[in-house]
Amino acid sequence: MYKEPKALIVHKKKWGEYCLFGIQTEKIANLAQPGQFIMVRTNDSLHPLLRRPISIHSVQDGTLEIYFQQAGTGTRLLSQKKEGEHLDIIGPLGKGFRLESSPERQNVALIGGGRGIAPLYFLARKLRDLLVPIRIYYGGKTIEDIPLRQKFEEENFEILLSTDDGSFGFKGIVTALFQASLQEFFPSRIFACGPEAMMEKIAQIAREKDIYAEFSLEAYMGCGFGACWGCVRKIKNGTKEEWQKICEEGPVFAGEQIIWQEEEEFL
Amino acid sequence: MIDLSIDLGFLKLKNPVLTASGTFGYGVEFSPFLDLNKLGGVVVKGLYFNARPGNPPPRLVETASGLINAIGLQGIGVKRFSEEILPQLKGYDTALIVNVCGEDDEEYAAVVEYLDKQEGIAAYELNISCPNTKREGRCPALSPDTTYAVVRLVKKTSSRPVITKLSPNVTDIVEIALSAQEAGSDGLALANTFLAMAIDTDKQTPKLANVFGGLSGPAIKPLTLRMVYQVAQRVHIPIVGIGGIVSGNDALEYMIAGASAIEVGTANFVDPESTEKIIRDLEVYCRKNGIEKIEQIIGSLKV
Repeated sequence: MYKEPKALIVHKKKWGEYCLFGIQTEKIANLAQPGQFIMVRTNDSLHPLLRRPISIHSVQDGTLEIYFQQAGTGTRLLSQKKEGEHLDIIGPLGKGFRLESSPERQNVALIGGGRGIAPLYFLARKLRDLLVPIRIYYGGKTIEDIPLRQKFEEENFEILLSTDDGSFGFKGIVTALFQASLQEFFPSRIFACGPEAMMEKIAQIAREKDIYAEFSLEAYMGCGFGACWGCVRKIKNGTKEEWQKICEEGPVFAGEQIIWQEEEEFL
Repeated sequence: MIDLSIDLGFLKLKNPVLTASGTFGYGVEFSPFLDLNKLGGVVVKGLYFNARPGNPPPRLVETASGLINAIGLQGIGVKRFSEEILPQLKGYDTALIVNVCGEDDEEYAAVVEYLDKQEGIAAYELNISCPNTKREGRCPALSPDTTYAVVRLVKKTSSRPVITKLSPNVTDIVEIALSAQEAGSDGLALANTFLAMAIDTDKQTPKLANVFGGLSGPAIKPLTLRMVYQVAQRVHIPIVGIGGIVSGNDALEYMIAGASAIEVGTANFVDPESTEKIIRDLEVYCRKNGIEKIEQIIGSLKV
């Protein structure tokens, strides 16, 4: 874990509410694993005060990419930063997807909803390097919510797209798309990130079909490195249930560890 | 050479910069970012006798230049602290102060009794002001009598100096401070967080699961500063100023108002190197202003 107070923004792309930065930070990039995150200061003043946790989207040659959605004041300010400006970041933080424990060369499904696609690009590249057959499911409310589709396609990943309103790809939620394709592509593992209700549904499918699944959870964080105990969630640890820190013990947890919270909104 | 050391009477600090309990974990979390040896002291997260699960989430909400928390003092308890954390902190040359909590007076005494048998602790900070206990934010620090009783009991039990951390959620903090002093407290820490809340207007629900929590951060600095100044006029024991300190200048304001030392809290989350930067700021200030010994500025306010 490093603090990089002046990491240069080397490239930037923006699609509506979504934003992608390339940041030069050799130390953090070299250590980063898929599923980890960084804490970013969004401005130099005291409001907003806290750093924002942002998922690591990719890593290449000392450059780290982040992909995020404007969800409030902090991420809005962050999205206004320009190429050539600097970011104050801490990372890499948390525990990412567990690749080592997995059976090799068996089908893996990566499922991302909206901004939840962020860590799955890094993961997809890593899995491909390991020669694992992967398929990506990427969904959003409308075409506006899946701007990274081309990036995946350009790299020749097998990717299936869905939009709730049918403006692009499969019409419906991404979990329905995934469920519909289970017959022809049955994964031995699922890695997912997205809205709570989406992940809960996937966890349910995984349980029914006896598929190992991991999920990257989102939380408000005070510090991001385990000191404030602000980002806890109830997690099963053996037979016990306990408040665990998402920043330190997570953000990625195995499906069977997570206690799902009902959410009214879906995607 | 500027002398940043502080003599509290009962404890010598290499500089006036400490970390505020609850914002610095058990200290070890910050070792990747800074050299703990440079700090005047480390005040670790509040300890009850037993491990505590803490409050359900959401536990945090950010407000204008501030942070409301309702962590609920999740923690590992004295035994695990002594066995797992203390050995890790032993090698550091900084004053280790343990923040002591209790659901009742006897628990405070039991925590101190247990820790008294452990080595490597410089002093206790008596947390009689945590607003997150079961009692709807009620705590001993809310009245002079309950303050007196718990400080007296702990002082009788403890072989180490006791700094009593007061609550700002009172009508007259001077009265409480005098009561702690009378009960034998060696020093005072002012102050804990301000009871506060925030509401989600879309859902019409509180933003914290606990409904309310404690407000910290730059938003509260002027409020606590006033309290430090008022209390410093009336007590003769040293005061540790806490509340919204993010810069050397903030620390200086507290010291000029009468604090002998300060604690940095929420700023540790924003910039984990804050404490080191504040120490450097203090040195620069002294050099610029021809101050050889930083103790000279304590209570130097000209009104």
